[in-house]
Amino acid sequence: MGSHGNDNLESSVKIPTIKFTKLFVNGEFVDSISGFNLSLSLCDRSISMFLLVCHVDKEDVDLAVNAARHAFDDGPWPRMPGSERAKRMMKFADLIDQNVEELAALDTLDAGKLFSMGKAVDIPSSADTLRYYAGAADKIHGDVLKMSREFHAYTLHEPIGVVGHIIPWNFPTTLFFLKVSPALAAGCTMIVKPAEQTPLSALYYAHLAKLAGIPDGVLNVVTGFGPTAGAAICSHMDIDAVSFTGSTEVGRIVMKAAAESNLKVVSLELGGKSPLIIFDDADVDMAAQLALIGILYNKGEICVASSRVYVQEGIYDKLVKKLVEMAKAWVVGDPFDPKVQQGPQVDKEQFDKILTYIEHGKREGATLLTGGKPLALGGKGYYVEPTIFAEVKEDMLIAKDEIFGPVLALAKFKTIDEAIKRANSTRYGLAAGIVTKDLDVANTVSRSLRAGTIWINCYFAFGNDCPFGGYKMSGFGKDSGLEALHKYLQVKSVVTPLYNSPWL
Amino acid sequence: MAARRLSSLLSRSLAASSSSGSASLLSSLGRSSGCGKSIHRFSTAAAEELIIPPVQINYTQNLINGQFVDAVSGKTFPTYDPRTGEVIAHVAEGDAEDINLAVAAARKAFDEGPWPRMTAYERSRILLRFADLVEKHNDELAALETWNNGKPYEQAAKSELPLLIRLFHYYAGWADKIHGLTVPADGDYHVQTLHEPIGVAGQIIPWNFPLVMFAWKVGPALACGNTIVLKTAEQTPLTALFVAKLFHEAGLPPGVLNIVSGYGPTAGAALASHMDVDKLAFTGSTDTGKIVLELAARSNLKPVTLELGGKSPFIVCEDADVDKAVELAHFALFFNQGQCCCAGSRTYVHERVHDEFIEKAKARAVRRVVGDPFKKGVEQGPQIDSEQFEKVLRYIRSGIKSNATLECGGDRFGSKGYFIQPTVFSNVQDDMLIAQDEIFGPVQSIFKFKDLDEVIRRANATRYGLAAGVFTKNLDTANTLTRALRAGTVWVNCFDVFDAAIPFGGYKMSGIGREKGIYSLNNYLQVKAVITPLKKAAWL
Repeated sequence: MGSHGNDNLESSVKIPTIKFTKLFVNGEFVDSISGFNLSLSLCDRSISMFLLVCHVDKEDVDLAVNAARHAFDDGPWPRMPGSERAKRMMKFADLIDQNVEELAALDTLDAGKLFSMGKAVDIPSSADTLRYYAGAADKIHGDVLKMSREFHAYTLHEPIGVVGHIIPWNFPTTLFFLKVSPALAAGCTMIVKPAEQTPLSALYYAHLAKLAGIPDGVLNVVTGFGPTAGAAICSHMDIDAVSFTGSTEVGRIVMKAAAESNLKVVSLELGGKSPLIIFDDADVDMAAQLALIGILYNKGEICVASSRVYVQEGIYDKLVKKLVEMAKAWVVGDPFDPKVQQGPQVDKEQFDKILTYIEHGKREGATLLTGGKPLALGGKGYYVEPTIFAEVKEDMLIAKDEIFGPVLALAKFKTIDEAIKRANSTRYGLAAGIVTKDLDVANTVSRSLRAGTIWINCYFAFGNDCPFGGYKMSGFGKDSGLEALHKYLQVKSVVTPLYNSPWL
Repeated sequence: MAARRLSSLLSRSLAASSSSGSASLLSSLGRSSGCGKSIHRFSTAAAEELIIPPVQINYTQNLINGQFVDAVSGKTFPTYDPRTGEVIAHVAEGDAEDINLAVAAARKAFDEGPWPRMTAYERSRILLRFADLVEKHNDELAALETWNNGKPYEQAAKSELPLLIRLFHYYAGWADKIHGLTVPADGDYHVQTLHEPIGVAGQIIPWNFPLVMFAWKVGPALACGNTIVLKTAEQTPLTALFVAKLFHEAGLPPGVLNIVSGYGPTAGAALASHMDVDKLAFTGSTDTGKIVLELAARSNLKPVTLELGGKSPFIVCEDADVDKAVELAHFALFFNQGQCCCAGSRTYVHERVHDEFIEKAKARAVRRVVGDPFKKGVEQGPQIDSEQFEKVLRYIRSGIKSNATLECGGDRFGSKGYFIQPTVFSNVQDDMLIAQDEIFGPVQSIFKFKDLDEVIRRANATRYGLAAGVFTKNLDTANTLTRALRAGTVWVNCFDVFDAAIPFGGYKMSGIGREKGIYSLNNYLQVKAVITPLKKAAWL
């Protein structure tokens, strides 16, 4: 079950020297005020590595906010033309391209992510994200309005101010740039708190930002835990907006802290339990492939994972057979090994949580088709077998909760209406997939599903221009696309009387 | 410093009697001069050792399907240095046959080639790489532009090339943000609009800003995924060939951008009337614009964008900062030897500040430094060619004949090349020819006005409507004038502020459509509405 890669691998990948472990405030790497460090365990492979990274408290956050506030209120960043911000963002992107290998290694060390994917996809596409928003920085248009009386009125889309970004550990680089790029383009200044598990690449990016000419204080990075550093950001009186990606339960805390402090604008990109609906007319190979990747990509540690797969009865048996075969052939092992398709879960807590859910699944009466166990590679690491449960009902825990691991819940359905109803019977609404050749089915289901992204005959089809974000308890506000830019803008209406205008 | 001295101005009255100039003139001389009274001396640019342009002419053939090729006819035409009127190169003379080849290449590149089929992001990267290459060749290109056009080198190198680079950055940024809409229809329908590239674009550009006009046309067309046949002006064929070469180095596939040099009645007409060209964009004179539009109508009804002539008012209100207004009015007219379609060629000054304004405007014009455009500090080079040169002089004579007051200037500058003295007329009446026609030269006409309604009426009493300048500190005056003026651009307390993001184009006979900004994308996109019934829609 779940074959695995070479487990005594002497990696061909050079483990980089870790250059940046302090927090980055006002253009400098500085120690935390408390002097405390957090101990970071690096990607549990055969060798254990630990690293001390500065641990940030409220006082450190205050310093970072001061720097960002000053950079916004008095600094050059919001005062330079969008084209000039764009130029520096382009430079920033080029610097990322020049350091791909080292950056990918940092994310692999931190999060156990596949090195090859990081190098080929995560890191370069983040440079692309920066370039996309660089291209938007000089295109932030307000409107000139149609007043119903003799007034001239227009809107100014102004940068919202100081932004706090709190990002998770599953896509340290991708999410860093999904948040930072539009905020930079808008002319905001910011404090980024990466997850405590994955601070290294964020610190490196801060360094590159400085090299690219992003002025001091515009981009600050504080490393620390949610209840201290994160909470300090959410309840800070001088932060104008907070943008959070993470779990729904923490999202609720973020919003509450914002409400209780200065009512800062909040955007939340939270959990999901996204359905993939496969209709009878689907191409079996394609559907099985989408279902498999949908749950196993990034070890299932992705908020949009297609963790519930609904298959129409006519195609069900064929599809399940195929899917199980593919899951068994899936290669789990050292993420630095290019043959490996799945690395370890990020940490022990996640690992244990996933195994607990698997036990729940068994107890609740779902049928375990494959997987279901930890994989002991050299007796170490947090590896979990690709796991598929069938006959899953909506009231089972494994159908309701976000597991955030390689655990798929399969169910059979008869009609479109049934599929829509069951797919929507969740408190989440992040994404959904549809596999069908029928145009009408595709259109009907697209409009009926209460989710922020619908992928038809594809999955994980993200794009810089394609807004992404949730319905219901998956959050609000969009990342990606021009929508994300508007998250970081305030709209000001300006009105003045008109005299003798030849037209109104 | 030498340049400034050498290129000082002379007045009309002395032009004839001055021979070659001693290099003794002070730039302050003009200040005390009334027309025909003071002593003017000058040294012609031509009499001086002209600076040899630090650039070679490497590209003179047409660029078709990624290859430099001779004209099918084998013919060439001379292109000149307007400082001297001497030939600097012989350029392939494209006509209908070359246009046919170029259109066929563009057609194939559009119908079958990779350009519209690659991702918009990849297209944007090619545009960005091109901008980087231009930046690398900035000074070389600026030198070539000045050599062929006569505009001050500093202006080309420090303002126009950066404008081109900025414009390509700007449209690179649009390439991956061209959005259609999903449309709420009345009924159970799912409706979307696709914004598709329009196809093969024919573009005809003028000689006054060869590279900037290249950018305005090519930037948005390529960002949208089109292919292009571009005809340059016969006066200035050189720089477009150079940058098009750089575009191919940047990774532009062959056939996407084809450049044909040649004349309007042959090459231009063939392009405008071609049945396989899907879109035409023209910048030039109103008379030619009419022909272009007619040819498009007579052939395949291709949509046409026209950016034509102007006679733009520059209105100085009684509360204006006079010094600033004088400087900007001067700039608005004299910039680029007065060869701007949006030149502020009718300066309306409120009677209360009129006399002060005239004095200062004259003094400023007299101080204008004319000479070899390659020399540092030179503000004004030669007119583009003998035809324009003669035309401007004819208008000056007409102004004098119709009894406008010649405050300064009024004749050629020097004895060689196409230099003209900065010329200022006051007491200009609305019915004079110099008040009505586009002169396209360094001739400022100043009018007097009393009140706002009057100046609005007079400013609008023209068949043109390209741009306008408004000088006032009063918010309400600014707003009233802004809305009342029938012109595509209104600059309030500024002039000639161009940016990639700001749309530009004319009302009335100044043209059709807008270039630059988001607006220019529409010129190069087709909108396709896609409709399909919705079954059991969850919402409408």
